[in-house]
Amino acid sequence: MNDKAPAPAAPAAGGTRASAKKELPDHLKSYKHVWVLVELERGVVHPVSWELMGEGRKLADQLKVDLCGVVLGPPGGTEKAVADCFGYGADVCYVVEHEALSEYRNEPYTVVATELVNKFQPEILLLGATNLGRDLAGSVATTLLTGLTADCTELAVDADGSLAATRPTFGGSLLCTIYTLNYRPQMATMRPRVAAVPVYVPGRTGKIIRHEVSLPEEDIITKILAFLPDATSNKSNLSYADVVVAGGLGMQNGDNFQLVRNLASVLGAEWGGSRPLVQKGWITSDRQIGQTGKTIRPRLYISAGISGAIQHRVGVEGADLIVAINTDKNAPIFDFAHVGIIADATKVLPALTESFRRRLAAASTLSAAE
Amino acid sequence: MHIIVCIKQVPDSAQIRVHPVTNTIMRQGVPTIINPYDLFALEEALRLRDEHGGEVTCVTMGPPMADNALRKCLTYGADRAVLLTDRFFAGSDTLATSYALALLIKKVAENWGEPDLIFCGKQTIDGDTAQVGPGIAKRLKLLQLTYVAKIEEFDLEKREITIHRRAEGGIQVLKTKLPCLVTMLEGTNEMRRGTMGDALRAARSEIITWNAAAAGITELALCGLKGSPTIVKKVYAPSPRAEKAYQIEVEDKSVDQICEALIGEVTKRQPGLEKDLVKTSSDY
Repeated sequence: MNDKAPAPAAPAAGGTRASAKKELPDHLKSYKHVWVLVELERGVVHPVSWELMGEGRKLADQLKVDLCGVVLGPPGGTEKAVADCFGYGADVCYVVEHEALSEYRNEPYTVVATELVNKFQPEILLLGATNLGRDLAGSVATTLLTGLTADCTELAVDADGSLAATRPTFGGSLLCTIYTLNYRPQMATMRPRVAAVPVYVPGRTGKIIRHEVSLPEEDIITKILAFLPDATSNKSNLSYADVVVAGGLGMQNGDNFQLVRNLASVLGAEWGGSRPLVQKGWITSDRQIGQTGKTIRPRLYISAGISGAIQHRVGVEGADLIVAINTDKNAPIFDFAHVGIIADATKVLPALTESFRRRLAAASTLSAAE
Repeated sequence: MHIIVCIKQVPDSAQIRVHPVTNTIMRQGVPTIINPYDLFALEEALRLRDEHGGEVTCVTMGPPMADNALRKCLTYGADRAVLLTDRFFAGSDTLATSYALALLIKKVAENWGEPDLIFCGKQTIDGDTAQVGPGIAKRLKLLQLTYVAKIEEFDLEKREITIHRRAEGGIQVLKTKLPCLVTMLEGTNEMRRGTMGDALRAARSEIITWNAAAAGITELALCGLKGSPTIVKKVYAPSPRAEKAYQIEVEDKSVDQICEALIGEVTKRQPGLEKDLVKTSSDY
């Protein structure tokens, strides 16, 4: 065994870890404040950053520390994002502007994020569980040799001030709460739409800390040749849709899935399905709703022929109103839906589509007459 | 050319059941598979090898029985398979896993040549973290390309690779230098059927099996539970909602009546919704 302490952080001693006393090494005791890495891409902040700001606010208040936004972007391109950080609850904003940060690349972002952490020493660092956040978080945590919990659905501070990060495990069948003991910062990523965007307070301000970095482009090996935006026509916006209609195996076959799309079309809704439908090839994976697919938070969610395994449940629980149609009265979906219909979804959907069509047409005529 | 593919043997999550009383995973009898996302990585590696020549080595860390997954890789056409297995690795989190795999890859490189490319799947279906790929890249000081939807150009002579990377709202076209680590997105290719020759070879082949010492891993304090900064404090089943769904009456009702009742319930519970739908939808 080698007892030499590896830099920069190592556990104080062995022993049974789950019961190990949380005694931070001295050089990590100065780590303070809660940070949220703000995902700024092509001038737009991913909403998950504001969702994290809301969760981060709760953690910071409980720890009685500052909530800080970290904004990386091109020269002159961060002003709006910084103002919004304060509006969504940050006390402090760390800002790094550099040409090399104009668009996300792993190398310069990792260098800058690591440098900021080492210099300003946060105790908690939160990122979105997006392609950007997951790409960056893994690199930063490995560079710092600290703990990282992916895809959290709940963040809390326990009695002694440690971050308790809860995430689904084993495909969503169980939840587990994970701690990072004896290392700082405690890092976690959170999935979009797991938390609500906090109330925006216009005109709220805070302290801005600018940090200069040296990032010569010739030292960055990976080059961006182009950005090909998705065609808007086939882009699914499930995560942020107001109304979502989804089907499961109860739709019986791929042709019947058109009934789900028809209802979605009348409602101006997004549509999706449960995981087995992806495996069967009825829908593509970007339409999958659940733990391994998209998390949704619509005002209305209509599920048709979905049994409601926990993997699905964790992806839809944030919906304001869940309507479930299923033939099996014992289906787990009725344990978390608000309104249920025990019936064959393939029979109900066409009628429901027509009922909604008539109803909306009537309401439209009415509002036009006003 | 030498390509290393990192794979993981995982329980087939579609068949996992949770014990209703103890809330623990019932692993017994659950079949194991190659992590499905890793197959896209393996196929891409095999395709590049077929085009440019060279060898594909599959590696994994896991229990001794993980050699099943590696043997399967050989039947698909991988040239060699190496299993890292030792009790010291038990309980590894993603940081400790990337440490062990990085050293395993170094040892493989010593034996069979430096890799030009390392492939991983985008994530596993049991852990779902997507952290081990970037972790390995960082530990080996390699460039990383994650969520790769397509390899656009691969130039072994110029040592350059151009890829399509899935990003928010579009595709980033990135060019970087070899060697690098690539994590493949799902749906990017279709796994081949192995040839009869590969199947026979796989059945005859020895899976190269190393323990920590054989792989040159001596800093055991960085492995397994000891080398893991995160600990799982609590595992539990989600609590059921207090009340069950309000059921719309269906007995002796026509489907139209059921739908009217449902829409009434929706309007009652989400009062502003109908008005907004009239504005946002145009297809009624």
